[in-house]
Amino acid sequence: MDSNSRKIFQENFKEIHPPLRPEEAAVEANRCLYCYDAPCVKACPTHIEIPRFIKQIASGDLTGSAKTIFEANAFGHSCARACPVEVLCEGACVYHDWQEKPISIALLQRRATDEAHAASMEPFEPGPDNGFSVAVVGGGPAGLACASYLRRLGYAVTVFERDKNLGGLNTHGIAEYKMTRKVSTDEVKRILTLGATVKSGVEIGRDIVPEDLLTGFDAVFLGIGLGETKRLGIPGEALRGVWDALSFIRHVKNRDLKPLGQSACTVIIGGGNTAIDAATQAKRTGAKKVVLAYRRAEADMSAYEFERALAKTDGVEFLLNAAPLRVLGKKKAEGVEFARTAVKNGKVVELRGQRHIIKCDRVIKAVGQAKQISVAKALGVELAKDGKIAVDPRTLRSSHPKVFAGGDATSGGKEVVNAAADGKRAAYGIERTLRPGAPLPPGNEYWVSTIDGRQVAPIAPRGKEAAHV
Amino acid sequence: MSSATPDLSANCAGIKSPNPFWLASAPPTNSGEQIMRAFQYGWGGAVWKTLGQDPPVINVTSRYGALDIGGSKIAGFNNIELITDRPLEDNLKEMLAVKKRFADRAVIASLMVPCERQDWHDITAKVVDAGADGIELNFGCPHGMSERGMGAAVGQVPEYVKMVTEFVKEKSSIPVLVKLTPNVADVRYAARAAKAGGADGVSLINTINSLMGVNLDTLTPKFAVGGKAAHGGYCGPAVKPIALNMVSQIATDPETKGLPISGIGGVSTWSDAAEFMLLGSSSVQLCTAVMHYGFRIIEDLNAGLENWMAAKGFKRLSDFIGVSAPSVTEWKHLNLHHKTVAEIDATTCIGCQLCYVACNDTAHQCIAVDSRGKSRKPVVIQEDCVGCNLCSLVCPVDGCITMKPVETGFKPLTWDEYMKNGMAGYKEVYKRVHG
Repeated sequence: MDSNSRKIFQENFKEIHPPLRPEEAAVEANRCLYCYDAPCVKACPTHIEIPRFIKQIASGDLTGSAKTIFEANAFGHSCARACPVEVLCEGACVYHDWQEKPISIALLQRRATDEAHAASMEPFEPGPDNGFSVAVVGGGPAGLACASYLRRLGYAVTVFERDKNLGGLNTHGIAEYKMTRKVSTDEVKRILTLGATVKSGVEIGRDIVPEDLLTGFDAVFLGIGLGETKRLGIPGEALRGVWDALSFIRHVKNRDLKPLGQSACTVIIGGGNTAIDAATQAKRTGAKKVVLAYRRAEADMSAYEFERALAKTDGVEFLLNAAPLRVLGKKKAEGVEFARTAVKNGKVVELRGQRHIIKCDRVIKAVGQAKQISVAKALGVELAKDGKIAVDPRTLRSSHPKVFAGGDATSGGKEVVNAAADGKRAAYGIERTLRPGAPLPPGNEYWVSTIDGRQVAPIAPRGKEAAHV
Repeated sequence: MSSATPDLSANCAGIKSPNPFWLASAPPTNSGEQIMRAFQYGWGGAVWKTLGQDPPVINVTSRYGALDIGGSKIAGFNNIELITDRPLEDNLKEMLAVKKRFADRAVIASLMVPCERQDWHDITAKVVDAGADGIELNFGCPHGMSERGMGAAVGQVPEYVKMVTEFVKEKSSIPVLVKLTPNVADVRYAARAAKAGGADGVSLINTINSLMGVNLDTLTPKFAVGGKAAHGGYCGPAVKPIALNMVSQIATDPETKGLPISGIGGVSTWSDAAEFMLLGSSSVQLCTAVMHYGFRIIEDLNAGLENWMAAKGFKRLSDFIGVSAPSVTEWKHLNLHHKTVAEIDATTCIGCQLCYVACNDTAHQCIAVDSRGKSRKPVVIQEDCVGCNLCSLVCPVDGCITMKPVETGFKPLTWDEYMKNGMAGYKEVYKRVHG
C-alpha cells in the first residue's frame, strides 16, 4: 500500500463501532435484563440466545459466551460487526419500550468472539464419520455455515469456491469501516478447523461438470449467492470510470486505491445498502463530491434509515426522483444525464422536459445483482419466477431431492446473518433427509434447537396456559 | 432556611451530638487528624478506633475485602484489621485535642482490654480524663481479638457482658454503650445482660463472621494474607436487614425496651439512617460508606434527613425515633385474612417477562402470557395470585407491578388467636386461601 492509501485508511476507515473495553462490557452486560423468551432472540435470524451469552459475559465466562454465540451462528464473529442490529436484535430490545438505549448486543457479541478468536478457539469438534458426503458450492456465509454444522454431524464436506479466497461477500463486500477483511478470514479459518475440504479457484461448469456433483456426493448445498451487478441498460455504460459497486468495494477492501483513481465527483446509482456502502467508501477514499442518485423518494429506498443517516453524515448528497438516461463522455465518464421522475400508480414515470446533467468523473452502479442461474439449471433445480432457487422453507431442499440451497441464491440478497441461518437450517435438512430417524450425534442438539428458536417446554400447571385473557 | 428547619441534634444515652451521624469505631477514626477532618465536614460524632493496652497490636496485610454484585462495587465489605495499632498515649493526647477543638461533637472511646476489673478501671479513667463524651465497649470484634479472649468472645457470653459492663460502670462518669456482636443465636440475651450490668445503651451490630470468596485462578481464598485467609468481619449495605432486625428485636423486647440504641450496619444514606431511627436508634454509626466515598458524604446525609423530616413534618429526631418499632411483631400476630394481589400496569410494562418466568418457575404460577404471542405483556391471574410480591420485586420498571389490597370480607384473624380458639375457623381460612 502506498503512503497516501495508508493515510486514508488510518484516518477515514476507523472502525465505526470500536470494541468495548472489558470494564465497559461488564457494565453493559449487567444492564441486560435477561428477558424471558426474549424479543432479541426472536429478531435474530440465527436465534442466538442473546440474554444467555450476555449473562455469561457478566459472570466472566467468555468461553461459554462465545460458544453460545457460535452454536447458533457460525458467523457470529462477523455478524457482531456486519449485522444491521438496529433492525434486528437491538431494534427488538425491550429498553426501547422504556425510552432507553437498547443493550449494545453487537458489541457484547464482539467482546466474546474477539476473545475466542484471540485464543484461536473453535469450540466444537467434528462428529464421528457417518459415511455420507456433501458438496457445498460457494464458500460464502451460507456455504461455510452449512459446512460447519455438517462437519459437526459427521459428514465429509467439500467446499467449492470460485474465488481464491473464502468468505464470499463477507470477505469482499462488507464496508471496510464496519469490518475488515481479516475478521472474515479469521472466521473462515476457525470454521475450517472442523475439517471441511476446500477447493478454491474452482468454478462449477468451468472446472467441474455439474452432474459430477450429483454422482460424487450424497447431497449438494448451493450457496452460490448472486451474479454480476445488474446493467443499467443505458448508453455509455461501458465507458471508463463506470464501476459496478461490488468491484469498487472489493478494491477498497483490497486497500488498493490506485486503480480507483482520483475523483472530483462520483455518482452512485441505486438506493440499497450496497449503494450506501459504495457512496460512503467513495467519499472516504477521497472523492470530493459524492452524489447518490435514486429513482424514487428517500423513504422508498431499501437502504436502512441508519445507513442513509451515515451517508449524509459522510457528506453524500442525495439526488432523489432521478432516473439515469445515459452516461456522458467519449472514452471516459464525464457526467450522467438524469430525468426527473414521479411515482404514479406505484410506477416510476419520467417527467417530460425535466432533464438535467450531473458532471462527474466516476459512476458506480449499485442497482442490485442478477441471479446466478446456470449451476442450478445444470443440476435440474427448479427456479422461482424471479430467478431465485425455489426451496422448501423448512428444510431448504430444492425440487431436486439431493440438492439444497440457501443464502442470497434463495433470498435474492439479504444479510450475512440470514445466510448463516440458512446454512444451519440446510445442514439439518440434509441430516434429516440422508439419515431419517437416526439419532443426532452427541453435541448437536443445541444448535438444532436454535434453528427455529429454542422452545420452552409448554408445561403449565393446573391447566393455566389457557387462562390468558 | 427558616425556623422550620428540622433540628437534627441527637442524644443517644446521654451522649449529645449536633446530628445523629457518628463515624463507627473503625479505620476512619484511627487518628485525631482524621476525626478532626471528619468533624470539619460536619460529622456529629466519632467512635474512636478501639483502644487497648500497650504494646499495640500488629496488623497483617492485606486487611479488607469486598463483595461486588452485578457491577455494583462494595455491596458487602470485610475486614480483618484489629484494634488500634497506635500507642494508647498518642490516641489519648489526640482525643484531648479533638475535644478541645470540637467541643460540640461527640467523641466516644471504644475500649477493649482483657476481662480484668483493674484493666477496665485503668483504661476507663484514662479516656474520661482525655475528655471522651462516652465509652463504647467493643464486645463485638469477631476476628483476631476474639481469639485472645476479647471482643466477640466476651459479647457471645451474656455473663461476661454483664460483668465487664459492671467493671466499667464502677469507674465511669460518662455514658457507657455496649457494642453487640451479631454472631449469636439471639442478640437479646447480650442486650439484656448489658442492661443488667448498668449500660446506658447498646450499639449494634458489629461485623458478621465472613469469608469473602475463593480465587478461581489460585484456588486460595480471596483477599488472603500470603495465600492464607482467616475469617473476617462482614459489613456494608448487604448486612442492613440483619442489623435492622436485631435493632428492632432490642427495641421491642419487653426487657430492653427503651434502652438507647446506636444503630450500625450497612447505613449508606440518610434513608438507611431514618429506617434505623424509626426502629429505635437514637444515633447511627457509619463506616463502609465512608470508606467507599470519604467523609464528604455527611453533607448529603444531613441534607437528606433534614429534607425528609421537613416533608414529613418532623421537627426533631425524637418525633420519629422508634415510631415503627411497634409494627414489628412475631409471625403469629399477622392477619391470616390479609390479602393482596399483583397488578401489572400494561402502559408501563416493557414486556421483559421476568415476572412471568419468576412466578411460573419459582412462585405460585399465577401470571400468564399470551400464548398466541400477540402481546409480550403478561397478565396476573388474580384469583390464583397469593400476593407473594415476587413479580413486583423482579420487575425492572418502578411502579409497574403493584400489590393491591383486596377486601376478603373476613374479620382479621391471627395464628395466635386461631390456636387459642381451638382452631375454630380453620375451614374458612383454608377455603379463602386454597379456594
